[in-house]
Amino acid sequence: MNFYSIKAIYNFEMARWWRTVAQSILSPVISTTLYFVVFGSAIGSRITEIDGISYGSFIVPGLVMLAVLTESISNASFGIYFPRFTGNIYELLSAPISYIEILLGYVGAATTKSIILGIMILTTAGFFVPLEIRHPIVMLFFLILTSLTFCMFGFIIGIWADGFEKLQIIPALIITPLTFLGGSFYTINMLPVFWQKVSLFNPVVYLISGFRWSFYEKADVSLKLSLIVIFVFLLACIVLIRWIFKTGYRLKS
Amino acid sequence: MSTILSINNLTKVYSSNFKALNNINLQIHRGEIFALLGPNGAGKTTLINIICGIVNPTEGEVLVDGYNIIKDFRKTRSLIGLVPQELVAEAFETVWHTVNFSRGLFGKATDHAYIEKVIKQLSLWDKKDNKMMTLSGGMKRRVMIAKALSHKPKVLFLDEPTAGVDVSLRQDMWKQVRDLQKSGVTIILTTHYIEEAEEMADRIGVINKGEIIVTESKNELMKKLGRKQLILDLRSSLSSIPASLSKWALELNNDKLIYTYDTAKEEFCIPELLASIASAGITFKDIHTKQSSLEEIFIKLVKTS
Repeated sequence: MNFYSIKAIYNFEMARWWRTVAQSILSPVISTTLYFVVFGSAIGSRITEIDGISYGSFIVPGLVMLAVLTESISNASFGIYFPRFTGNIYELLSAPISYIEILLGYVGAATTKSIILGIMILTTAGFFVPLEIRHPIVMLFFLILTSLTFCMFGFIIGIWADGFEKLQIIPALIITPLTFLGGSFYTINMLPVFWQKVSLFNPVVYLISGFRWSFYEKADVSLKLSLIVIFVFLLACIVLIRWIFKTGYRLKS
Repeated sequence: MSTILSINNLTKVYSSNFKALNNINLQIHRGEIFALLGPNGAGKTTLINIICGIVNPTEGEVLVDGYNIIKDFRKTRSLIGLVPQELVAEAFETVWHTVNFSRGLFGKATDHAYIEKVIKQLSLWDKKDNKMMTLSGGMKRRVMIAKALSHKPKVLFLDEPTAGVDVSLRQDMWKQVRDLQKSGVTIILTTHYIEEAEEMADRIGVINKGEIIVTESKNELMKKLGRKQLILDLRSSLSSIPASLSKWALELNNDKLIYTYDTAKEEFCIPELLASIASAGITFKDIHTKQSSLEEIFIKLVKTS
């Protein structure tokens, strides 16, 4: 294992993050604050409680997931896409480094950023609502697993994309709508039966449900099912990345 | 002289079915400067990219210092430094960070003293905290060289290193390349400036349409393929060449008498020619010779291949 190479990529990506701190940290934190103001205060005054939890507190896990999912994809996809776009990928491909090590560097850094962001959003939420995390280890496990999985997904998008438009298209047109419709701001039990069944086809429901369980022991689906879904998605990402590396898809001609 | 790079029966066919390289065989000697010449699209960059691991070969084998570029990729890539044709470093990074990043990427522990030495050698020290986007093209080219040298490679590929670089900076770079050679680095350069190859290279390879058409030491190449001309400035014009000089295939051009000969062939004899000219009563006021340049040889080779 070439640790110096992994460290070089990891540090490079983290340094890039710090250089754009306003965009990478402040922007999601401000967005989350606005969600609390709009959903927590304005709508929360009309929906007082869900499953015995105040509405403001109820939306915290969903808001963390919303930020973590979008930022994981955005960070990981941009990290690998940018050297492809500038042509600097030549250095990565000509270095004595295996694909696994490249992945560890990029996805490791993107996962770290997502976890830091998730914790910052939780801290921000603490200023607006009382925070209660009944299973902090499970919460951390979900946060890490979700960040890792979606950073791998972002890495795939970064290799697949051949323009900035494609880089944005999956997070904007698929992930954000799925997160909004995945129970971030409501429990799917509040929906008519038909839409409850439709919601079960949305994988984000399982992520948010499991994550929310770690806070309040309340979930739309069982914790076991949530874990199975996220592991299946992680496995799918691993298989796809393995195929990309084996074939050199969009990396090597 | 031992071989540091051995390319055997190397072929590259892209997915579009374009055959970029066709059965290339080439040996590069340790410590030499080898210039690879060829017109655009000849396969120079594809060849370099395969050796460096950026492009997959279709067939054949490449050994760097005895190690296979596929099986022993970690070893071979750590021996190679590449300065690509395009100036592609990260725009927002400083010179210092980007060179240190390259060293880490190539699996080497941080060594600020060495990086400082490299940056100073390339006259970049006063720019070390500048962002890449603020540098001129020539400076960026030097940073690319510093990045390529950051892990102490034994073989350095310079893909058109002086493209777009002004004359004085080009000469500076030639000096730096020679210094690198003195420090034991083998250098393989591609260039469009034939004078660069003529000035720098120990050996020259010409590639065209994916095939190596000649590999020769520069002096041998010029001796074998070069032609010389002996030009006499006549005191008075001639209406025609006298019959006594017909065996020499002379040309008459205004008041110049020109004799073109092949240096590789031994049949020419200048003193005999001059004696014959004197016997024919022709007098001249000046005499000079002209040798075909590497550029003329290159054009001739590419046209006939």
